[in-house]
Amino acid sequence: MENPENIIVVKNLVKRYGDFTANDNLCFEVRKGEIFGFLGANGAGKTTAIRILCGLSYPTSGKINVAGFDAYTQRELIKRNIGYMSQKFSLYDDLTIAENIRFYAGIYGLSQKVIKSRTNQLLHRLGMEEIRNRLIRDVPLGWKQKLAFSVAIFHNPAVVFLDEPTGGVDPVTRRQFWEMINEAAEEGITVFVTTHYMDEAEYCDRVSIMVDGKIAALDTPQNLKKSYKTSDMNGVFLTLARGE
Amino acid sequence: MPEIAVNNLFKSYGPINALRDISFQVDKAEIFGIIGPDGAGKTSLFRILVSLLLPDKGSVQLAGFDVVKDYAEIRKIVGYMPGRFSLYQDLSVEENLSFFATVFGSSIEANYDLIKDIYVQIEPFKKRLAGRLSGGMKQKLALCCALIHRPQVLVLDEPTTGVDAVSRVEFWDLLHKIKKEGITIIVSTPYMDEAARCDRVALMQNGEFLGISLPGDIHKAFTKTLYELTPGQGAYKLLKALRAEAWCKNAWLFGQSVHLTVNDSASETQFLSYAQREKIEFRKITAGIEDTFMELMKTS
Repeated sequence: MENPENIIVVKNLVKRYGDFTANDNLCFEVRKGEIFGFLGANGAGKTTAIRILCGLSYPTSGKINVAGFDAYTQRELIKRNIGYMSQKFSLYDDLTIAENIRFYAGIYGLSQKVIKSRTNQLLHRLGMEEIRNRLIRDVPLGWKQKLAFSVAIFHNPAVVFLDEPTGGVDPVTRRQFWEMINEAAEEGITVFVTTHYMDEAEYCDRVSIMVDGKIAALDTPQNLKKSYKTSDMNGVFLTLARGE
Repeated sequence: MPEIAVNNLFKSYGPINALRDISFQVDKAEIFGIIGPDGAGKTSLFRILVSLLLPDKGSVQLAGFDVVKDYAEIRKIVGYMPGRFSLYQDLSVEENLSFFATVFGSSIEANYDLIKDIYVQIEPFKKRLAGRLSGGMKQKLALCCALIHRPQVLVLDEPTTGVDAVSRVEFWDLLHKIKKEGITIIVSTPYMDEAARCDRVALMQNGEFLGISLPGDIHKAFTKTLYELTPGQGAYKLLKALRAEAWCKNAWLFGQSVHLTVNDSASETQFLSYAQREKIEFRKITAGIEDTFMELMKTS
């Protein structure tokens, strides 16, 4: 990597499915410890790009480096060094809280000793010690989302990818979730996050907005609002995504 | 007579009280929004409204018909769009629409004027399987299918969840067109900003309504003085610093700013000198819907 401060480097990323270009020459960098918002309309190509960055699918062309690893030749190393959480699927309903933690930590190869001590610390911090043996399906959504995030960063990944992590939760939980994101960023974990809540874009250090497979804008929320002469990120998003 | 009348509705699943004493009325051609997080009870309420679930206690009338006794009538006059996409994924756009029209003894042609504005947007894909549509397109098709028999009451369970900000704006524009046809709409959403697009809104949490009001009046339920602090940078650090102060009642992040309430007038004095000392810009603001919701959540 040219600049050690960059944890994700994407140069001319192209992904084609037949004659459809899902990612059209994307170029961006994400800095270490940054909260990076990855926004775009449905179908703009966000999921395609995230799958490539997570080592789950091959790019058609371009240079992509995540946490120091190459997206063509070191995909398994990428997977080991990132965390991932999505709204749709994160924890197993028919496992308990403690079992879910042990399962994910085991997948990432942590030792039994480390898993045990970190699990206790984590449950203490989340205030979930009492319910550690409760099945996930019986845990309220807000708690589940907070737990899912903690599990995603349990192995201290260099980057965590969050795909619409706050869908459907109440405004208090949503804010508590973002406080956890801030906390993780302060500890040096880079956060790469997508959301449909435009007010959440304001919590990001920098935001990129994808339109039709391209990155239409990338800057701090303040600068974007200034450039598009609007008071909030919703205005920026609507202007760009509608192509007005 | 109101188009929808809900009286003292209760529903529980074992130990979970999904609905606790819900009552409200909706007028004809009104857009009534129910705003609340997942698990608030919105879906249980809607399933009772469309006669798919029996209440434990209480009653519901739609256009004068009782949802339990007259369920057969209810099903003719209601259009329902469930929260989960429930059209046939292996039928095309056109086939889905014509299926729903036929089930209700109608045809696409008979009510085409009602769905035209929406349908033209998905018509280019009418041969495509419903399962292969994008999120926004699926929602539009589901809305067409719920409308194709020209219902009197349209029940929409989280139609904009997972839909991007642009499609959400378009979706609400459509609802306002449908309202003009005299159709009553009851719609739920977890997105608080959508309150502004409703005629009236109910805030819902844990099976209860926290309040019902005009969108412009929601802030009236917020009775404390609310400060917006704009530190420029480092809002999260400021948040933690504020919460460590004894005079701070509640502090929450709102983008790059912090919304703060203090305990009492003595706390206010302490806050003012703190802000001066730390050189933090602030102003008094009117509470938004999220401020109000969070406040009501705590006191309820």
